[in-house]
Amino acid sequence: MLSKVVKIVNSQGFHMRPASTFSTAMGKYSSEIKLQVNGKDVNAKSVMHIIAAGIKFGTEVTVVCDGTDEQAALDEAVSMIESGFGEK
Amino acid sequence: MLKGIPVSEGIGIGRAYIIKKTQSDYENKPVENKESEKTRLQKAIQTFCEKNEELAKRMENSSVAKEAEIIRGHAVMLNDPFMISQMEENVDTGMCAEAACESVLNMFKEIFLSAEDELTRQRAADIEDIKSRLLAIMTGTESNLLSELPDNTILVAEELTPSMTAEIDKDKVCGIITEKGGKTSHSAILARAMGIPAVLSVPNVLSKLVDGLDVIIDGEEGVILEDPDEKEKKEYIEKLEVLIEEKQIHMAFANRKTITADGIEKSLFCNVGKLDDAVTAVEKSGEGIGLFRTEFLFMGRDSAPDEQLQFETYKKAAQLFPEGEVIVRTLDVGGDKAISYLEMEQEENPFLGFRAIRYCLHNTELFRTQLKAAVRASAFGKIAIMVPLVTQVEEIRAVRALVDTIKKELENDGTPYDANIKIGAMIETPAAGLIADILAEECDFFSIGTNDLTQYTMASDRGNSKISYLNNYFEPAVLRSIRHIIQCGNRAGISVGMCGEAAADPMMTPLLISFGLDEFSVSPGAVLKTRCNISKWSKKDADKVTETVMKCKTAAEVMKILKYSQNKYPF
Repeated sequence: MLSKVVKIVNSQGFHMRPASTFSTAMGKYSSEIKLQVNGKDVNAKSVMHIIAAGIKFGTEVTVVCDGTDEQAALDEAVSMIESGFGEK
Repeated sequence: MLKGIPVSEGIGIGRAYIIKKTQSDYENKPVENKESEKTRLQKAIQTFCEKNEELAKRMENSSVAKEAEIIRGHAVMLNDPFMISQMEENVDTGMCAEAACESVLNMFKEIFLSAEDELTRQRAADIEDIKSRLLAIMTGTESNLLSELPDNTILVAEELTPSMTAEIDKDKVCGIITEKGGKTSHSAILARAMGIPAVLSVPNVLSKLVDGLDVIIDGEEGVILEDPDEKEKKEYIEKLEVLIEEKQIHMAFANRKTITADGIEKSLFCNVGKLDDAVTAVEKSGEGIGLFRTEFLFMGRDSAPDEQLQFETYKKAAQLFPEGEVIVRTLDVGGDKAISYLEMEQEENPFLGFRAIRYCLHNTELFRTQLKAAVRASAFGKIAIMVPLVTQVEEIRAVRALVDTIKKELENDGTPYDANIKIGAMIETPAAGLIADILAEECDFFSIGTNDLTQYTMASDRGNSKISYLNNYFEPAVLRSIRHIIQCGNRAGISVGMCGEAAADPMMTPLLISFGLDEFSVSPGAVLKTRCNISKWSKKDADKVTETVMKCKTAAEVMKILKYSQNKYPF
């Protein structure tokens, strides 16, 4: 199991569009991927769960990946979040 | 008589057409064949997505094109693999497909509704929309309720869903009434975009009106008359005729000069974001451009637009107005805008942060390119340069110094330009307002941006609905600031304009004439109305009203007097 803490940098937070691109990207991996936000676990492959979590700009999120492709999954998840999903 | 929140102007006289929430009843009996039930579920989701895409495409070709993205989002949400597996698990426990979907979607709706931030809460309406459409597909109760409406229909619904708006025929619908929603809800935005009178948040309207009932809706007063008698009908038909007549009067103001009742000439310019808007401004007989937002040139690309592209754009705008000025506002970006290649850092407080002129003076290459393009374009018309978010005189000096070196370069190259190109400040911060006397000595013009001036003066976030009552340019604090700015500009002999929403507000017109505003910059659609409003006031009458208004201690008193005098003075 791997994990890393990242900060949400796009000003609108994890809204509809980023949630949808992110969950689609995470769907490619067989590992279990979750985001830990304010003590809650959020399924990173579910756009609905991500939106429901209402993750705002500046929030610290722990990405947790567990499975055979966990390293690749973590790398992509972290780079997507850090890049602000191309919208910043 | 029913009352609600007026969100879209106009009067509609017609018959009620009730849009009941599509009740897709189904029998919730345990299913035998779970696998075939899952297939039915998957097929319904697939059908939903196909129809959804058709709907989105139709919206793209209508007046509500921007909303197509919302509709596309519905398919993305419903395709959530995790959510689908939850629905399938429900089927495994013996639920039918309808119940399986409904319970999962309801759960998410509840979660969204309890979210802290408004954006997430708004998504609950999307879930509701998805749910009713999906259930209708499953139960075969889909109906194109809105596709074949009779003339003069007044739609009555709990809420206008994004999918409904795709189907509304604005030639048939003359009014919209809903139980839910406020000025910034989907329903309101869409009604205004379609130009249909609308009154929202009318309590229990669905149970108070019946299909086919005669109804009158007044989108300005927020009033609905059920089954009006002949007298009321007559009254409103007359009111509607007045409105139509007003429109015709406005038409009479096309291609005329803008003059007060006592013959003082004013400039009436337009706020535009794109070259297309500038063309519309010409069609609506705008006399120039008072605010050319240049951000659009920088958006939706991977790198900054080069000098040539910017030059061509500013040149075309200048050529559209051989007589009038084209005021180019330099890049106004901040941490709240998504232009990736500008590499703006995220900030806790972007509206008070590293933005607009602050950013440009630190990114001189980018800024020089824009300034050079504008100076070159000045050879083809009356281009002026406007600096946003000014707070210090040094900022104006820095821009002037840059423009001076650009002029020298062009001189050396033999490239033509207007040696007298004007440089002015957008006055939108309390700081700029307070030092307007100092700035006036070093600026060639002012333009007051009332939207931001109000937000910064009242220290109230424009986007926060809880404090929207403070975002009011009739607040004595804002009016005093506007008066001071205009007076400072007048004393220094420079032109003072206004490019915020207040410039087109008929209630503001007497104040602005009395203060001595020279140039009104409004959206192209508001040109004729504003020209007509200005023509109604003489300086003397405006002074009289303004004197009383400036003694008021509250915005409420100010608005009461202005509303009264507006009705009293349509000479």
